[in-house]
Amino acid sequence: MSVNMTLLIVMGVLFAAGIYLLLERSLTRVLLGIILVGNGVNLLILAAGGRSGLAPLYEAGTPAEDYADPLPQALILTAIVITFAVTAFLLAMIYRSWVIARRDELTDDAEDRRVASKDTFDFEEDSEVELETSEFPADIDDEGEGVHTEESRRAAAARVAGERLASELRQASSEESAGTNNKRRNRKAR
Amino acid sequence: MAVVLIALFAVSAVAPLLFRRFGRASFYLLGAVPAAAFVWLLVNFDSFISADQSAAAGEPNAPPGLLLHWIPVLQLDLAFRMDALAAVLSLLILGVGALVLFYCARYFKNEDANIGPFGAQLLAFAGAMFGLVIADDLILLFIFWEITTILSYLLVGFARTRIFARRSALQALLVTTFGGLAMLLGLVMIGQTAGTYRLSEIMAMAPELASRGTLIDIAIALVLLGAVSKSALVPFHFWLPGAMAAPTPVSAYLHAAAMVKAGVYLVARLAPGFSGTTYWDGMIIGLGLATMLVGGWRALRQTDIKLVLAYGTVSQLGFIMLVVGQGTADAALAGLALMLAHGFFKAALFLVVGIIDHQAGTRDVRLLSGLWRTAPKLFVVAVISAASMAGIPPLYGFVAKESVLEVLLAGAHDIAGIIVFLGVLLGSVFTVAYSARFIWGGFASKPGMPATAFKAVPWSFLAAPAVLTAATVVFGFLPTPLGKAAAGFASLFPASEHPVQLALWHGPTPVLGFSVLVIAAGLLVHRWRAGFGALQSRVPALLEAEQVYKWSLNAVDEVSVWTTGRTQRGSLPFYLGVILLVALVVPAVAGLTNQTPLPENIVWFDTPAQLIAGLCMIVGALAAIRANRRFLAVLMVSVTGYGMAFIFALQGAPDLALTQLLVETIVLVAMVLALRVLPPPLWTLNPTGHRMARALLGIGFGVAMIGIAAAAMASRTADPVSLSFPELAYFGGAGKNIVNVTLVDIRVWDTFGEITVLAVAATGVASLIFVRGRGDIRHRVVEAEPGSVGRARPQPGGTRAAAALATARHFAQSAKDAWLVAGKTLAPERRSIIFEVVARLVFHTIIIFSIYLLLAGHNSPGGGFAGGLLAGLALTIRYLAGGRFELAEATPISPGTLLGLGLATSALSGVVPLLLGGQLFQTAVLEFALPVFGEQKFVTSTFFDIGVYLVVVGLVVDVLRSLGSEIDEKTEKRGLLSGGVRRPRRPVVQRAGDRQ
Repeated sequence: MSVNMTLLIVMGVLFAAGIYLLLERSLTRVLLGIILVGNGVNLLILAAGGRSGLAPLYEAGTPAEDYADPLPQALILTAIVITFAVTAFLLAMIYRSWVIARRDELTDDAEDRRVASKDTFDFEEDSEVELETSEFPADIDDEGEGVHTEESRRAAAARVAGERLASELRQASSEESAGTNNKRRNRKAR
Repeated sequence: MAVVLIALFAVSAVAPLLFRRFGRASFYLLGAVPAAAFVWLLVNFDSFISADQSAAAGEPNAPPGLLLHWIPVLQLDLAFRMDALAAVLSLLILGVGALVLFYCARYFKNEDANIGPFGAQLLAFAGAMFGLVIADDLILLFIFWEITTILSYLLVGFARTRIFARRSALQALLVTTFGGLAMLLGLVMIGQTAGTYRLSEIMAMAPELASRGTLIDIAIALVLLGAVSKSALVPFHFWLPGAMAAPTPVSAYLHAAAMVKAGVYLVARLAPGFSGTTYWDGMIIGLGLATMLVGGWRALRQTDIKLVLAYGTVSQLGFIMLVVGQGTADAALAGLALMLAHGFFKAALFLVVGIIDHQAGTRDVRLLSGLWRTAPKLFVVAVISAASMAGIPPLYGFVAKESVLEVLLAGAHDIAGIIVFLGVLLGSVFTVAYSARFIWGGFASKPGMPATAFKAVPWSFLAAPAVLTAATVVFGFLPTPLGKAAAGFASLFPASEHPVQLALWHGPTPVLGFSVLVIAAGLLVHRWRAGFGALQSRVPALLEAEQVYKWSLNAVDEVSVWTTGRTQRGSLPFYLGVILLVALVVPAVAGLTNQTPLPENIVWFDTPAQLIAGLCMIVGALAAIRANRRFLAVLMVSVTGYGMAFIFALQGAPDLALTQLLVETIVLVAMVLALRVLPPPLWTLNPTGHRMARALLGIGFGVAMIGIAAAAMASRTADPVSLSFPELAYFGGAGKNIVNVTLVDIRVWDTFGEITVLAVAATGVASLIFVRGRGDIRHRVVEAEPGSVGRARPQPGGTRAAAALATARHFAQSAKDAWLVAGKTLAPERRSIIFEVVARLVFHTIIIFSIYLLLAGHNSPGGGFAGGLLAGLALTIRYLAGGRFELAEATPISPGTLLGLGLATSALSGVVPLLLGGQLFQTAVLEFALPVFGEQKFVTSTFFDIGVYLVVVGLVVDVLRSLGSEIDEKTEKRGLLSGGVRRPRRPVVQRAGDRQ
């Protein structure tokens, strides 16, 4: 099968320019990159379909090989229209991004950056927790009162839960400040 | 058997509903299920234990079994088998399960959070354990095994608001899952080697398998790893004391009677065939002995009586494992007895701890005092069970331990046997000592301490531990029934010459002497606990397994954060760059290392025109990169698009050329419409740099694509599939335009999928711009004041701009709507009379031509896509000439409706043939005669093309309405609101129509 270098080189240039633009931070240029790559792909399919031939309009008696391959053409036709739809959609997104944030710019995902700089200390896993020696600490408290109304029980449970939460929070904050202090110290040491 | 299993799970599924209705009394209902199953088990017990234990399923005297095919292709069956070992374990699982559930009804309060799910999980756990012991399929066994792991996680973490409980649950989960995964590996290795996953068949061929050597040795070692981790043997023992964060009934059931016995069960199950494999003795007997000693030693240091029991359990599990793993008939008998005894006394003791904690509010030995006086009944129960644990006659624990010592003494004829025997004696001394410590810690009156406040224990609370304690006493005097059951299992091993008997009194044997010695020594250790404690604190702690666990978790954390930080940069260009780099490097390397055929038949260009078009496109693409104005860049990209159309035309693709030309034009309009509010300058410098790298990547990719395409084309030898398309199109699809017939007939499914995507994209565009809904409300001309659309802001007097504006208004001052319906709504300075006239003249012509393209497309270039795009272009002209009201007047049908109609038409053209008895999307040819036109032929696939046409028109109208009309309106509103003050950059509110 013969190889048409013009088509291939144009395709290569479209790909190269498209990818260069695709890696940009300006949304408009990213969109232009996508269109260029789309054109490049269409050209690739066309080139892969073989040399040019008769337009694929059936004439009785013409051997099938004489037509330009109709299958890649059908694929490209579909691709052209889809690229149009995608372009329109991206245009709408660019407009939206401009309206909301006044920027035509790709920014880094702050959430991802946060994960990367996360401390390995995890309160859930690494904090010091006292061994518990009872599942019913609340019952000791109201033992002396002698009366076990529903409410006193609930109040006691709520109090204990509150204290526990408070102590956990205190612990967490002290751990955190200890962590930052350590970091500061390390930085100074450097 | 199946009924029991299903009942356990089914009732557990509805349990939360029961709890909502009956509160904690539902525990009695739940407990009734395993209790009934327990009765069923007792009634049929003889048939289970008297069967021929080694008989294969289907043989006359085989144990009852059940086989349901599940996924036959994968050899996965729901195979169950109730033999003696399964029956003995079921005794514990169902019996203790029922008692624990009854106990829960007093342990929990109605208002406790989540008791509904808790009850359900506990019952489901009983079901999973039951399934585990009766499963006769390795994979099925593993599934139940892991179900118990997951349920244990949920049950241990019952107090989900407490960090301690959550952490313990996770630790238990991670450790046992680690073992479970190793076990899965081992099970698969065994199953693949044996050629079957049926457990009973594997055991039948065990001697032959065991002789296969290394592979089976390793497989068994992996399975044992699972058993060792589940039964908390050293070095995995630490999870069990940690899991004491569970509610005490859970500890009694999971950590004494049931789950930790799963490992023992597995060892017992494999022992008849595989106890001779290489790693068996080291893992089971060695680790078992170490565990027994470590557990006992640690138990003596605990101040929480629940932890005393927990470490005691660790110690006992090591002990049981060691005995069961001996692999002889006598050891099997003694081991099973020991396991039952442990189930009775340890579950009872945990339940006692639960009562103490519940009534006193603490489990700390330093706070508890005088309970023997305040709770005498509880004390009696505790003392009996603890005595059984210590191996004091006449209790079942003594009977079991006697037989074990006898077996071990008989085996103590080599150095290993002697070490095991002495080790077990030492472990037993610890056992006696921590039993005493438990009773002393929980009940004794301690000097100088007032009696702990203790609420009275209702009998219903005490019932469960009392029943278990009664079993300890009864079977102490009558060990025969259980002995028979254990003997059933022992029959799988070669019979011994002097079989061990389970009995209370064997006469004055050496073993009895050792027992007395052990009890005396244990009591002495307890008597001098202060001195012993000092000794313990002087022995340096060895490497703590728990510390290793923490280190490894931290290491995993560190590695994952590091990896995440390196790979998840949050930067899209970075991600794309990585993806593209891989897509570039892999094929390039493959292409260079393999013998890639090089193209021989190179043509530089087909026609000079092609070369010129190609050069124009290259220039366009490069200029698009260099362009520093937004619209210039857009225009340069369009150059490549128009170049494409030209190349298509030269290549013999008229349809493509037509479509590309139309699309390119509409895209250009859409771009200008959408981007007009953005500032005209365009960054050509990426703020993050890496320009060189991006250029290299782009060039590399382009070159690679050229190479790949050339290589692929050079490698092509087969004829294209489409050689048959011309005939297919003409005779099958009754059309001459092969490409169009391909779209609407030969590959119609693709096209149908595509127009669906178009409809989705159109809706997406509309939603992004209108934000609320599709904005299908149609504005009429009458709503707009004449000359109100797109008014320019008044200019300061005396300037050129003001004069130009005045002139424009003067010339276009006409309220008549002679040419376009909505022309007068535009501000005078926006109007172009010439454009309006032209639009008026060409619109209908274009629409009719588009319909011609649609209908004629079957035989000549055209079709639904081209026709629809052309119609869209006609509407674009109307919009540009007459503004948004003109567009609204030109499209009486909303784009949403157009899209829907189009999809419906296309779908119907597919479905109707089906209803008429044909195939989906089948084409028929209708021939008829019309006056004037003569003989006509109509192909039904044209209906599909009409659907395509409608969808494409809908898409274009959506684009025009959203990116055109709506942005016009929003910009005007904002301009009015902000009064033109807040405009840091030069406004670009210029409409594309102005250029005309």
